[in-house]
Amino acid sequence: MGARRLFLLGGIALILTGMIFGDIFAVFVLHQNAARVGANLAGAAHAALHRDAAAAQTYFQSVGMFLENRGTQVDTHVHMIGFGYLALFLAILEPWLAFSPETKRRIAQIFVLGSWLLPIGVFLIHYVGLAYSPLQSIGWASIFADFGGLLVLVATLACFLGLWKYFRSQASSTSVKDLLMDQSSVSCLLATGGLLLILLGFAGGAYYATFDLYRHEAQDFHDLSQITAAAASDSPQGVEEALADYGQLQGDKAVKIAAHAHSIEFGLLAMLLAFFQPYVNLRESWKRRWALILLIGSLILPVCVFLELRYGLLAGGLADIGGLLVIAALLAMGIGILRYTGKVDAAGIALTGGTQP
Amino acid sequence: MTRARRILLTGGIALAVFGMAYGMWYAIFAEHQALEDIGVSLSTAFSSAARRDTAESAAAISRYQESKYVYDRQVDVHGHWIGLAMVLIVLGLCFDQVSFSEKLKIWLAVGMLAGAWIFPLGVLLQAFGHGPLPKILAISGSVLEIAALCFIALGLARGQSSVSRS
Repeated sequence: MGARRLFLLGGIALILTGMIFGDIFAVFVLHQNAARVGANLAGAAHAALHRDAAAAQTYFQSVGMFLENRGTQVDTHVHMIGFGYLALFLAILEPWLAFSPETKRRIAQIFVLGSWLLPIGVFLIHYVGLAYSPLQSIGWASIFADFGGLLVLVATLACFLGLWKYFRSQASSTSVKDLLMDQSSVSCLLATGGLLLILLGFAGGAYYATFDLYRHEAQDFHDLSQITAAAASDSPQGVEEALADYGQLQGDKAVKIAAHAHSIEFGLLAMLLAFFQPYVNLRESWKRRWALILLIGSLILPVCVFLELRYGLLAGGLADIGGLLVIAALLAMGIGILRYTGKVDAAGIALTGGTQP
Repeated sequence: MTRARRILLTGGIALAVFGMAYGMWYAIFAEHQALEDIGVSLSTAFSSAARRDTAESAAAISRYQESKYVYDRQVDVHGHWIGLAMVLIVLGLCFDQVSFSEKLKIWLAVGMLAGAWIFPLGVLLQAFGHGPLPKILAISGSVLEIAALCFIALGLARGQSSVSRS
């Protein structure tokens, strides 16, 4: 398998796995985990109220455990999708990497290996812990995850050097190599929709940073101070009120950050997929339908996540459906690309042009 | 190969490599300690409250606030550098379809690249000092990003409408 196909199929597989993992996490883990964190925090507050310092510490150990579980699962989801996007970028740029095909294939292999090793290692951190670790605070899963990160870093650095070498050579000014350029209506739809989603995400991030970030940080400090102060002054009502405020704040923070991140990620994905449309071996009408489904899902998910605090489970369910639409569209496009590259392989033709053999 | 495109592509990949190197350094040498500090501060605050030691409890909450402030920024920087690197690369790939003069496109590319470096740098510097300079850097970086992206969207729309007309 050539470097471009390795990057391309590896990237789509990473994005798909990352998204499916994210959906499973959102449906079966996220809310349950948040409820356990909340319950243990409340337990710690009540223990403090009843002057039981040992119990408060025990509750906090549980909070730490649940937060670690949540953090590693979010990191797994984010890194898988991030590496998937990077793999797709490198697939597009592959003709401009001034190395031999064999070297490029090795670089792609190292990249794909590291891209799987890091998220799997991160996922296992919570379950493996420090078992048999030679280090005091870093377990084997972390070591493998860091090694995966190093592999991805080295492969990306090699790509940067290859690109640099190409730009320094005469070839960059004399010949134009294929970069999957396409101006079909489906590609334009995906590129425009993607750019608008990125702009929406940027605007959401700017709004959050301007109006919410510092308020949330101050509120976080205030609520925790209120919980401990109310516990220390034997005020159960004060503890309950502060706990409720704190829970509300965490929810508000989480949905706003998730909406910002998902809008930009889906925008990037749509723009990326615009480049691969010539290689999606499906009928034009179906390509258009899947592009629309992808864009609709990409808009529904961040908007509904943003509305989750106000409309609860209804918005949460719609957000999950949005995620599923994106996964279905991506899967369909992936199958289309697989059909195309399969045809190319069967014909023994290198994947260099935008037209079908 | 236009100069604007080179700026975005090489700048984007360099930023991605830098963001990954930073993330790796952070994961190995800083993250575990930061999480430990946050956990210990919170636990101390609650157990002090249980002993009715309000002064120690308040001090522990303040330590938590400071550790959390630094932790959030350090994680955000990693995510934003790599996220913005990807935006730079994808824009570099379709920059030929942006319908502006080459000179303006170079300025837009430089603006995007500068914003992508400066904005997270400003956020990172906030972890080391609460003065106005880091905030000014972060705000100007993000304004630069959004303004350049709006112009690029406009240029892409112009390019696409001229293609559909022809």
